[in-house]
Amino acid sequence: MAPLDNAKPAATPEEDGTAAPAAGRFLKAIYVYEVPVRVWHWVNALAITVLSVTGYLIANPLPAMPGEASANFLMGYIRFVHFTAAYIFAIGFIGRLYWAFAGNHHARQLFRFPFWDRHWWGELFLEARWYLFLERKPKLYVGHNPLAQFAMFWAIAVGSVFMIVTGFALYSEGTGQGSWQDKLFGWVIPLFGQSMDVHTWHHLGMWAILLFVIVHVYAAVREDIMSRQSIISTMISGVRTFKDAEAPADEEHERPVKKAARAG
Amino acid sequence: MATLETFYEVMRRQGITRRSFLKYCSLTAAALGLGPELVPQIVHAMETKPRTPVLWLHGLECTCCSESFIRSAHPLVKDVVLSMISLDYDDTLMASAGHHAEAILDEVMEKYKGNYILAVEGNPPLNQDGMSCIIGGKPFTDQLRKVAKDAKAIISWGSCASFGCVQAARPNPTRATPVHEVITDKPIIKVPGCPPIAEVMTGVITYMLTFDRIPELDRQGRPKMFYSQRIHDKCYRRPHFDAGQFVESFDDEGARKGYCLYKVGCKGPTTYNACSTVRWNEGTSFPIQSGHGCIGCSEDGFWDKGSWYARQSDILQFGIEANADQIGTTAAIGVGSIIAAHAAVSALKRAQHKGDV
Repeated sequence: MAPLDNAKPAATPEEDGTAAPAAGRFLKAIYVYEVPVRVWHWVNALAITVLSVTGYLIANPLPAMPGEASANFLMGYIRFVHFTAAYIFAIGFIGRLYWAFAGNHHARQLFRFPFWDRHWWGELFLEARWYLFLERKPKLYVGHNPLAQFAMFWAIAVGSVFMIVTGFALYSEGTGQGSWQDKLFGWVIPLFGQSMDVHTWHHLGMWAILLFVIVHVYAAVREDIMSRQSIISTMISGVRTFKDAEAPADEEHERPVKKAARAG
Repeated sequence: MATLETFYEVMRRQGITRRSFLKYCSLTAAALGLGPELVPQIVHAMETKPRTPVLWLHGLECTCCSESFIRSAHPLVKDVVLSMISLDYDDTLMASAGHHAEAILDEVMEKYKGNYILAVEGNPPLNQDGMSCIIGGKPFTDQLRKVAKDAKAIISWGSCASFGCVQAARPNPTRATPVHEVITDKPIIKVPGCPPIAEVMTGVITYMLTFDRIPELDRQGRPKMFYSQRIHDKCYRRPHFDAGQFVESFDDEGARKGYCLYKVGCKGPTTYNACSTVRWNEGTSFPIQSGHGCIGCSEDGFWDKGSWYARQSDILQFGIEANADQIGTTAAIGVGSIIAAHAAVSALKRAQHKGDV
């Protein structure tokens, strides 16, 4: 984590965003992701992995276990792990939603979809053009670039709600009528038609999130190498570092502290 | 037309002793899952209440509901038809036919306005002005609407009346429509199944006559006492499911050992019905017990949720049959290939402009 050592002195949360002395490769460092966001990100990543593997195995069980039924509980364990991971996923999501209000403005970005912001759409298409090799340089962003925000809003914010709602509706079939899962989510099953439909949609939801994960991991690695700001290390340290001196496109959203500091 | 004696009077007339009558009430209470303290209530109801007229209409159907109904063992259908209800119209069971039979409908509707129960087997087709189902020279839709108007409550027998069933399966050329979508202003009790279990049918009728109210229904309008749990929840093969012991193909070692039929398409985990508890033909067996998976016949649109021999439903929107995992895997491979190509181009570009950024 060499870049972090470079960035650290200039990037304590208090000084948030003050221009760093151009000592190393990095000219500027801004504290972006607070601890709850980072912890949630990695816990959520783990939960999605576990949920996807166990979910796939619930729909496509492993070959039959030998021996007596009483001596085996493989499907039971797989389902138990799925349900446990689902609770962690759901509770984590609620915590993350809370942090959107309690945390800094970067924590809100995941839940925002600025549909009416023409400027935002413009930058989204610019970013898309960069990915299509039609632009020489991408813009710099302290937070997510608009294309990433778009994907995250739909796959993670909306996708998680969809999976939690359909997942708990299916879970309520086991906990039975009158359980709190049934009272809160049981209405989903007739809405989709019947239980089989909810299963199918829950499955498609998993694949939608997995497609996002594939693109997300690729884009993060690629951005880390090719773009002008740090990506992967930022989700570990919370600090975004920049490789050149140009001002980030969303910098005006950064604390007035900076401007005051500059003016001063 | 039957004179309206009480249930008790009818039973005594048929030579049933009071002792047998009380036993019958206890058995009925047990069948309905009621506690012994409610037996006197059933006795009292049967002693005092006049028999309720029931009009049983047949729309687009195969009569499997009637076939099932007449095989009820607890209570015997004989007791239901002859002692409990006054089945005044049922064109497949009644002796009279033609204009004489149709006249009974009008007579009962007039005499017991708002006090008769309408039982519907099958459903009305709405396309082609309802011409796909003609009863007594008129579309069944007309008959249904007419008789439903003054009914106290409607029982939708079977998956046809409840959800549409096979005649409403894609592409549903006659637009066969479940009863609750045609009649919207009456309490409707759905008793789905293709057919419903005989004891469930008679149990629902017994409950309604005994307590003079419709049974507690779930979100989809089905009586909770028979449809609140899945086949899976009470399946005797459930331990094999939890153990991860599955039939991989019919006639394999697992099938001979009676393993869980989940992987060969059993719809027990998504089907709400009483088959695994009440079973069929006086509790003799049910599909899973005979080695075949549940096909989910009491669920909405089950004909279109195939295959019956695979765990996951086919998704037909793509013009070909594919399940969610096949679609997902294809999409993942597609995205993976695009990413690989993108990464290659990115590396080339970077090599071209090394040092630019």
